[in-house]
Amino acid sequence: MKKTFTNGIIRENPIFVIMLGLCPTLAVSTSLFNAVGMAAAVIFVLVFSNLVISLMRKFIPDKVRIPCFIVIIATFVTITELFMHAFVPQLFESLGMFVSLIVVNCIILGRAEVFASKNKVSLAVMDGLGMGLGFTLGIAVIALIREILGSGSIWGFKLSLTYKPLLIAILPAGAFLTIGFLIGLINIQKARMQRAGRK
Amino acid sequence: MALSRELITIFLAVIFVNNFVFMRSLGLCPYLGVSRHSSSAVGMGLAVIFVMTLSSVATWMVYRHVLIPLHIEYLYIIVFILIIATLVQLVEMVMEKTSPGLYRALGIYLPLITTNCAVLGIAVLNMNTFFNAQGPVPGSFIKCLVNGIGCGVGFFVALLLMSGIRERLEFCEVPESLKDIPIAFIIAGLIAIAFMGFL
Repeated sequence: MKKTFTNGIIRENPIFVIMLGLCPTLAVSTSLFNAVGMAAAVIFVLVFSNLVISLMRKFIPDKVRIPCFIVIIATFVTITELFMHAFVPQLFESLGMFVSLIVVNCIILGRAEVFASKNKVSLAVMDGLGMGLGFTLGIAVIALIREILGSGSIWGFKLSLTYKPLLIAILPAGAFLTIGFLIGLINIQKARMQRAGRK
Repeated sequence: MALSRELITIFLAVIFVNNFVFMRSLGLCPYLGVSRHSSSAVGMGLAVIFVMTLSSVATWMVYRHVLIPLHIEYLYIIVFILIIATLVQLVEMVMEKTSPGLYRALGIYLPLITTNCAVLGIAVLNMNTFFNAQGPVPGSFIKCLVNGIGCGVGFFVALLLMSGIRERLEFCEVPESLKDIPIAFIIAGLIAIAFMGFL
């Protein structure tokens, strides 16, 4: 069970390794606060949809499983959206339509199809948590880099008074460049580890 | 006259100024997945234009004539995603029967479109822009339609640009660690910078 949990965080990190759920990652990682808010919403939806799908896996006919999964996921996304609208309106405002787009986040449907529909409830919940935290890690790293470069702050706190922000980093173009170079770095590290393993 | 001018503005703006891929970072999974070759990029692009146009019309009708009269606007996520999934399935079946040639060209891309967040994105965006608290703004139907077509064309342009560059890249010496996906992100970043010229 522990392995299921840690699997999603590092070895099968949804963003950097399997590369799912990229659209929200790039769109809302303009600041650490937005990124963490988005990640919390994704964890909630992921854990509960995994839980429900795993509970119902014996009753869902194989042929209509995808529409069933989508309806379950959409239900939890609606709950999240209404909750955010009511309790954290400021966050809801800055995430915009990306809250409702969680429903087409490939991570969630992917985990439902690959894992939750085939495993027992406790494992499915663990997998949801692990994948969710892996997503959080990925989006937080990207957001941290972009916020430091683009606004010269972390979580809204200014780091230096004389720093001139690099505006491009918080624009979509900066998101593409950041994730491109990050995946490049990860590939270098992977190749190095493989070489070390061979020796 | 004023309306037609407004429609042209909407159409051009959604292709260049607010391009879904480069400015809103939506629809990235298919964008990176099928942009390796021009032929698949054209197929996917046409399929996206087709589905986006149809889903803009269908979601407008359901939102305007079902959800608003029944006061269940908050269920829009579930309803929209089901409409899109059904529509894609329907288009696939009709196309298979009526035009096998077109089906062979676009068929394999159609199932992928259901989870393309740009398609749900355009439905949500239409709802946010062309409906206010009192109901639809004047001419909202035609505006939704034009927005849908324009958005599809924007996606098509983005795919075509990218696939052209990536075909050339096969003959270039790309650093080992940046091959394939990372370099595609970096290119997307550079194109996005170019698109900022339209702002």
